[in-house]
Amino acid sequence: MAKDVAVIGVGQSSFVRGYEGSIRELAFEAFREAMQDAGITQKDVGASVFCSAPEYDKQRSPAGVLAEYLGLIPQPTFYIETVCSSSSSGVKVGYSMIKAGLHDIVVVLGFQKMSEITSAESQERMGRGADIQWEAPFGTMMPAYYALYAQAYMAKNGLTHEDLMNVRIKSGTYGQINERAVYRKGVKAADFDASNPDARMAGAVAWPLRVGDACANADGSSCVILANAEKAKAFSKKPVWILGIGAASEAVNMAARPDFAKGLSVGYGAANEAYKMAGITSKDVKVAEVHDCFTIAEIMAYEGLGFAPMGEGKQLIREKATYKEGKIPVNVDGGLLSKGHPIGATGGSQIRTIVLQLRGEAGPMQVPGDPDIGLVHNVGGVGLYGNVTIFGR
Amino acid sequence: MGFEKFGRKSFTGITKTAKFVDLLTEGKIEGTVCKQCGAKFFPPRADCASCFSKDMDWFEVPKKGKLETFTIAYYAPFGFEKDCPYTMGVVDFSGLKLFARLAKDLKPEDVKVGMDVTVNPLQYEDGQMSFEIAKA
Ligand SMILES: [Zn+2]
Repeated sequence: MAKDVAVIGVGQSSFVRGYEGSIRELAFEAFREAMQDAGITQKDVGASVFCSAPEYDKQRSPAGVLAEYLGLIPQPTFYIETVCSSSSSGVKVGYSMIKAGLHDIVVVLGFQKMSEITSAESQERMGRGADIQWEAPFGTMMPAYYALYAQAYMAKNGLTHEDLMNVRIKSGTYGQINERAVYRKGVKAADFDASNPDARMAGAVAWPLRVGDACANADGSSCVILANAEKAKAFSKKPVWILGIGAASEAVNMAARPDFAKGLSVGYGAANEAYKMAGITSKDVKVAEVHDCFTIAEIMAYEGLGFAPMGEGKQLIREKATYKEGKIPVNVDGGLLSKGHPIGATGGSQIRTIVLQLRGEAGPMQVPGDPDIGLVHNVGGVGLYGNVTIFGR
Repeated sequence: MGFEKFGRKSFTGITKTAKFVDLLTEGKIEGTVCKQCGAKFFPPRADCASCFSKDMDWFEVPKKGKLETFTIAYYAPFGFEKDCPYTMGVVDFSGLKLFARLAKDLKPEDVKVGMDVTVNPLQYEDGQMSFEIAKA
């Protein structure tokens, strides 16, 4: 496993509803933390990559604007978009530029200010991240697409609503102790009980998925600073190396998808590539962040990543194996469900969590046993894009 | 022109496959088949990704299929709110698949994964053309 490119700095804004500032100020929050973490200044940076889902931005071509505000001009700057996986795609671009020898240090910054449009507008715009010619005319939206997977998966594999609820309860456990999370409350079974008038999560959104099965929109930013081996050793006491990096894509139209009961094909494709490059198997992973935009997505990810056999993802949640003390801790920062999902910032935030875990700096969320290998699984659209990145010390 | 008539609300005005809407008005739901290599496409395509040909013919989709999966939308995106709740699903015609809404007269409790279904053309009261999944 090659140690050519390392993460030397990570940062993240708090994920909030209604950020009190503009996108450049939001971006600066994650940037400041990552630069101070890395102990570098702008003159050390060779290039920057900005990542978001542009339908939320009033600013056209944000890379140049943000590069100026962050003090990263006149260096080259790029804009990368793969919807919800934009910033892990940005990390692949940064990794590639460093491996190619073009730059020594690259800043990857993901951001999203979702609060400027209403929730219904947001659903329509995200729905248009799917096929606008052949599917959006039926009134599609993200929860409905994931519900198609949930329905087929539950029918075939015996996954229950209780299992999905338990994924949400797990994320609530960690959202409570993550001070950067948008949803800081714990989640109880009573929250999903339709007979309870105070149940916050029981309402159907796109059956079989309910309010509590969906992640929360949020405003936020994340920053990952990548360096080549020479700079990583010079600047960082605890570099975290990128050991494997995989990416895949899938047909946008549901009519071209293989078996819905088998989950998202990009999960398998990207994971296989990343494991092969890192020279490890799923058993070597000590802590993981997976793309739980919906509870069903976390269960499908367990299988795509090889943590559970096909159709058996439910066992991990039933056995609490993905809790902090379990055999494969997953989303112990609250995940997208509780931490929140500011589209363009999500991948970088997941990477920050894993980097802190491998450095032993995750505070109350720290996984015991001094984890040495961590994995990030970040999906864009309805499994349209998938990135799996493996990190090690 | 012409494709803005497709679906409850179209986001695409111009496509080389706009004849699809004309065929719907004739009561036919058709995909395209490549005249060069025989590859079949639904939804229809103007270009064959297998052999690069743009020489396409139309073929009628099968009548009998199985409902592979479905969802009931209780919350709709902007512009679709009045239709709620509505059911959408994927039909598998042994390989060829189709995504659409399910007929309004199908009660949610009667919809099951794996049930036998068919597809029918549909005209909305405002003249928009679509197709829907119905019980076989
Ligand atoms: Zn052909």
